[in-house]
Amino acid sequence: MKQFGGQALFLDRSDINTDEIIPAKYLTENTKMDLKPYALEDLKLSGFNPARDLENKSVIVSRANFGCGSSREHAVWVFEVNEINTVIAESFARIFRQNMYNCGMLAIELSAADIDTLFNLGGDVTIEVDLAESKIKARGKQTAEFSFSLNEFDRKLVEAGGWLNYADLHY
Amino acid sequence: MGQTIVEKIFAAHRRDTPTPENIILDLDVVMCHEITTPIAITDLEARGMDRVFDPDKIKAVIDHVTPAKDSKTATQGKILRDWARRHNIRDFFDIGRNGVCHALFPEKGFIRPGYTVIMGDSHTCTHGAFGAFAAGVGTTDLEVGILKGVCSFRLPRTIRVEITGELSAGVYAKDVILNIIKEITVNGATDRVLEFGGPVVDAMSMEARMTLCNMAIEAGATCGICLPDQTTAEYLWPFIKDNYATVDQAVEDFNQWHSDPDAVYEQVLRFDVSSLVPQVTYGFKPDEVKDITAMEGVPVDQIYIGSCTNGRIEDLREAARVLAGRKISDQVRGVLSPATPGVYSQALEEGIIKIFQDAGFCVTNPTCGACLGMSTGVLAEGEICASTTNRNFNGRMGKGGIVHLMSPLSAAAAAVAGKITDPRPMLA
Repeated sequence: MKQFGGQALFLDRSDINTDEIIPAKYLTENTKMDLKPYALEDLKLSGFNPARDLENKSVIVSRANFGCGSSREHAVWVFEVNEINTVIAESFARIFRQNMYNCGMLAIELSAADIDTLFNLGGDVTIEVDLAESKIKARGKQTAEFSFSLNEFDRKLVEAGGWLNYADLHY
Repeated sequence: MGQTIVEKIFAAHRRDTPTPENIILDLDVVMCHEITTPIAITDLEARGMDRVFDPDKIKAVIDHVTPAKDSKTATQGKILRDWARRHNIRDFFDIGRNGVCHALFPEKGFIRPGYTVIMGDSHTCTHGAFGAFAAGVGTTDLEVGILKGVCSFRLPRTIRVEITGELSAGVYAKDVILNIIKEITVNGATDRVLEFGGPVVDAMSMEARMTLCNMAIEAGATCGICLPDQTTAEYLWPFIKDNYATVDQAVEDFNQWHSDPDAVYEQVLRFDVSSLVPQVTYGFKPDEVKDITAMEGVPVDQIYIGSCTNGRIEDLREAARVLAGRKISDQVRGVLSPATPGVYSQALEEGIIKIFQDAGFCVTNPTCGACLGMSTGVLAEGEICASTTNRNFNGRMGKGGIVHLMSPLSAAAAAVAGKITDPRPMLA
């Protein structure tokens, strides 16, 4: 199982789609590592600079409907190769969310109010994830704790290191 | 308690229920293209798992960038081609026989009522038009599908979309679905099935139903679905005529895949389309939709007619109604990508290709190409495209490009006018 948590990158927008996370022109790359320089290249968010803002980040915090649009798992892989292990959002598009669990990564949904609290902590925010207890502790200028719920099947996928490992054992 | 069509399909394909909320389904069709499948293939090889669960249930096509535009896309095609040969996947469609997956595979009769279908492509929901449960998935789901013939889903909740009234001249399935997405919003149907029904859907051709179901994903839906009927049976007849004595008998059999009268829907949405006018998107989300009359005069640089949404023969016919005897504006360039070789041949036969060419359109081979900014019509920074495709995301058709989604008729009108315009006066 992967380790979850770390320094947070805040993307203050809803409906961030997978074309913005990894534009289609890079889908011709045949290894995951080759995707690395292109993460969030087309993100429409004022002041955002992918190379600068992604540095040392391990957790993305965003708003509603994160990862909508194309089914491309490249959107998950480009996070993975950039050392992002967790995305926390108010809600996810189905395919992106499933792709995260299928790759053994964490997609955590929190209420809009909890997401607001995270956005308002101030300073550099570090997030600890306690998967066993389904709890998150976030430390910025202020500190906050949240409980989250995870579908039991998705939890098994994350614990198994992804769907292929799980499916190979069970089916 | 009654069941919806998707509940019936799930019950008939249930392999496992690992939790009360999740289900593992047996798959009838696993479809593959050259963008999301090669990485699955190389990963399976690396794991020593280079196998397929059933070569006859796997369909593969090179469609996104074809013919290959560079070494990388050539390599993707080669990986898919070599794999299809290695595993005796007979339904592999290479250059010359290839077309946009969600137009080509229905044409080949691969999708039947009651089927479960996945593909590493979000517009797989198109195939719900046949009364199948068809969902887009990522590459890992695709790998497991290829290897084991199963896929996991959460138990569906269904929103019934009841479409009533009568469509006026110049208003099509594309306008209907854009209007529906505007109401539902881009995530209003997440983890839901959109079941389309009502007299307007009953009267629609399979092509129009595919347009409708194609964009279900733009409202976040797992799939769109229509109940299979006479129209479905007639479309499929060349492929099922050995299984049934008559079309009527097929229709009767398909009735098993109808939602029960007492099926439980999470929600029923009603749309009376009688007063609907042509629709167009603005902004960067497919739920940002206006009446075309409110966008009159917005200049465009390129017109693109094609894709899994609107590259079928009916779409070309509609556009040709406006283009016949007219020239496109010298301020714009027009690109037509018929979705499949079958559509291309039919359009040639009907004189439609000549109408497009005489009007000043470039006609490309069947490919997804420009829709996702990969080839054959990529936009430059700041350029605007009137497009019959399905996504107006930032950069979708080329970095810094802007996309307005509309029907083929509205796109043809924009080509003639050099700007967005109500197409209906041109029908007179």
